[in-house]
Amino acid sequence: MAVTDSPAGGSTVREKPKVKLLNDPKFRSIIFQIILVSFLVWIIWGMINNAAFNLQKAGIASGFGFLDTASGFGLNFSPFIDYTSSSSFLSVYWVGLQNTLVLAVIGIFFATIIGFLMGVARLSSNWVIRAIAYWYVEIMRNIPLLLQIFIWYKGVLATLPIAKNSIDLGAFGFLNTKGLFAPQFVFGEGSGMMGWALLIAIVITVVIGKWSKKRQMATGQRFPVFWTGLGLIIGLPLLMYFIMGQPVSTNYPTAGNFGPKGGMRVIPEFIALILALSLYTAAFIAEIVRAGILAVNKGQTEASYALGLRPGQTLRLNIIPQALRVIIPPLTSQYLNLTKNSSLAVAIAYPDLTAVFAGTALNQTGQAVEIIGMTMLTYLAISLVTSLFMNWYNAKMSLVER
Amino acid sequence: MSGIDSQTSMNRAETGGLEVAYVRQELVPAIAPPINDSGVIGWMRKNLFSSIFNTALTLFSLYILYLTVPGIIKWVLTDAVWSGEDRLACATIAQGGALPDDWKAACWPYVGAYLKQFIYGRYPDAELWRVNLTLVMFFVGLVPMLMPSLPFKRENIIFMLGVFPVAAFVLLSGGNLDFNGFLLPDAIMAPSELKFWVDFLIVSLIICAGVGAYMNATDSDPKPAVILTAIAMGILALVLFVMSVDFGLTPVETDLWGGFVMTLVIAVTGIVAALPLGILLALGRRSDMPAVSLFSVIFIEFWRGVPLITVLFMSSVMLPLFLPDGVTFDKLLRALIGVALFSSAYMAEVVRGGLQALPKGQYEGAMAVGLNYWQSMRLIIMPQALKIVIPGIVNTFIGLFKDTTLVSIIGLLDFLGMINLSHSDSTWATPVQAMTSYVFCAFVFFLFCFGMSRYSIYMEDRLNTSHR
Repeated sequence: MAVTDSPAGGSTVREKPKVKLLNDPKFRSIIFQIILVSFLVWIIWGMINNAAFNLQKAGIASGFGFLDTASGFGLNFSPFIDYTSSSSFLSVYWVGLQNTLVLAVIGIFFATIIGFLMGVARLSSNWVIRAIAYWYVEIMRNIPLLLQIFIWYKGVLATLPIAKNSIDLGAFGFLNTKGLFAPQFVFGEGSGMMGWALLIAIVITVVIGKWSKKRQMATGQRFPVFWTGLGLIIGLPLLMYFIMGQPVSTNYPTAGNFGPKGGMRVIPEFIALILALSLYTAAFIAEIVRAGILAVNKGQTEASYALGLRPGQTLRLNIIPQALRVIIPPLTSQYLNLTKNSSLAVAIAYPDLTAVFAGTALNQTGQAVEIIGMTMLTYLAISLVTSLFMNWYNAKMSLVER
Repeated sequence: MSGIDSQTSMNRAETGGLEVAYVRQELVPAIAPPINDSGVIGWMRKNLFSSIFNTALTLFSLYILYLTVPGIIKWVLTDAVWSGEDRLACATIAQGGALPDDWKAACWPYVGAYLKQFIYGRYPDAELWRVNLTLVMFFVGLVPMLMPSLPFKRENIIFMLGVFPVAAFVLLSGGNLDFNGFLLPDAIMAPSELKFWVDFLIVSLIICAGVGAYMNATDSDPKPAVILTAIAMGILALVLFVMSVDFGLTPVETDLWGGFVMTLVIAVTGIVAALPLGILLALGRRSDMPAVSLFSVIFIEFWRGVPLITVLFMSSVMLPLFLPDGVTFDKLLRALIGVALFSSAYMAEVVRGGLQALPKGQYEGAMAVGLNYWQSMRLIIMPQALKIVIPGIVNTFIGLFKDTTLVSIIGLLDFLGMINLSHSDSTWATPVQAMTSYVFCAFVFFLFCFGMSRYSIYMEDRLNTSHR
């Protein structure tokens, strides 16, 4: 390159080497970035131009005005939002988002439980348990999720008996090809007070927890926070239940000539999705849990025993906190995966965000750009919020480390 | 024996060479280990019945297995129907057949009757040899590439990434693309194949001249760079030429493609396109240039943040809007673009893991010997980083392979799409039809994915020993 060689053994002061402008890394990087940015602007500008032209040709008015018009179609599942066919497309969006979140939350709940059980079972000293967990994980994660959804929906639930011959599940209600007819809780007058009681119990438990930690730091005495908290959280709402005159009742479905009556109907699409999503994700969570537990050095257990902690205390105070530090980040990304995978609901027509908004609403209005954009941004927002939380958690945890 | 001899002689030495009655002259034969701690019984005691709780767990899980496994074996093998012509072979008496009313098991003749469609989709019968030839080429090229001990890796990779895709494209679609030229206005030269090549030549000359001028301006020797560029353009011309030649193959529209072959096409194309894109994005994300790294981060996080199905919806509904008037992509190509962009973001994160795993000394060493950025990436960093992430790449491929089933939602007839389509055929319509086909599909996917994950673990072990 353009570096000038100083003569051998020369005593001259080394001058700054002269570099051609094009060989200057700074200048080159600026030029390169300018080229990249202008290329991107050109592409995006071209896409917008094409889209405007194509939309005009197809006679579609762009914009979000369509969100206020009535949708004109009904939805068979909306647990928390009132929805009729005269509701606007905006409420279709909200119902879709609600159904996606309901699916994700319940799926995450079951996936976590099954996943932790299977992860611990993979490390069991019992050979049969270990083998069952191993084959569970391998089978579940090597079969496509969409196929599993179809297996549950068309292979299992569609072959259930018709409503007249419903399977009696006892306390859980009735199961037939139309879904699960489960008991429903009816919240009467004054049941709101029970909610408040629960909230107060949680607050008191948190306060007691903080106080007991402080006291233990100062005096070394422990306080049974767990049992006190459990007693408060169960006891206080229960107390309020009797004070308010038993406002909560259950509406049990009963067997009738034309199928079960009463109760709450859980549609088969929902059951199939929950089964497939939680069993599939649980296989991945099991591997994460296993890796997390294995990541804690055996010396930690031995050190705890040496300090005189009991096995339960060792697990609770030493192993689990350290394993969780390894488990939580990949676990969060599995939760995100489950939430994103819940969009496969579109395959069996469960009314989630993708199915009703990016599917039905898109077909009705033809506003492809706006609707697909809104849908993708919604998923993106869920992902970003979760990643932000995860980064915060990681930062908090790594402070403890060193 | 010699060990025992030396020991006895040592004993003699200790006793002053005397034969003493209370010192043994030979070793006592070893007693067999206690029967309760070794062999089958010992193993069972240790692994199955080590405590009361463990025994209860063993009995409980054996009971669960007793409830499920015989049922599965009966469903898949013993109770299943293995031959028949139509649905009556798999129908119960109530459904018009001859089987008992409580019969529920697999109906394999239905899978047998549909096997061709499940593999090839609706590809014309007379042209099936082309698909078979492509598959043979694929596996002949792939298997030696995956075995680390075999030689000629370089030629093998060139074959798989260079020759095979072109050959597969020509074989599957029939080739014979029409090129009409893109540069010169029609007034100078009417659109024709010849005009395309004239345009191509002009563009190649401009690029070569540009490279030469740039090298000249930076005080480097322009000759090798220009020759290299010319060779690259020549190879590109050869590829395009092969694609445009009429080999006399009947064109087969992508509407007729389907089945497992389409699943393979989407997965392989997706991963092959994602690898270079992913490498560029990973380098971009670690770049010092703010515009480049910002663009890479946004691109990667966007695709990783949205579900694949919305990407496929986007590519099938939104992409046509973004194209200039008159330009249309067919359905398969649109899905392929979506899959490639989506998996390139995941690939970028895998490659970034490999880049971060390399010690900093490798980067500094490359700089110290005077290599520029691209040279150090090509010669020092990438060969090591890519080797580390081979298991990660295989895992991404497994994920992509499973995710290809999603294209059935946007109406492509891949393996799963073909299976769902076959359910509408009344010849085989029985209540067990759906489950039979899904179990078959699950079995095929399991074999492929499980095999690949075993391979990934094998590579991981191999790479580990060479690094530590």
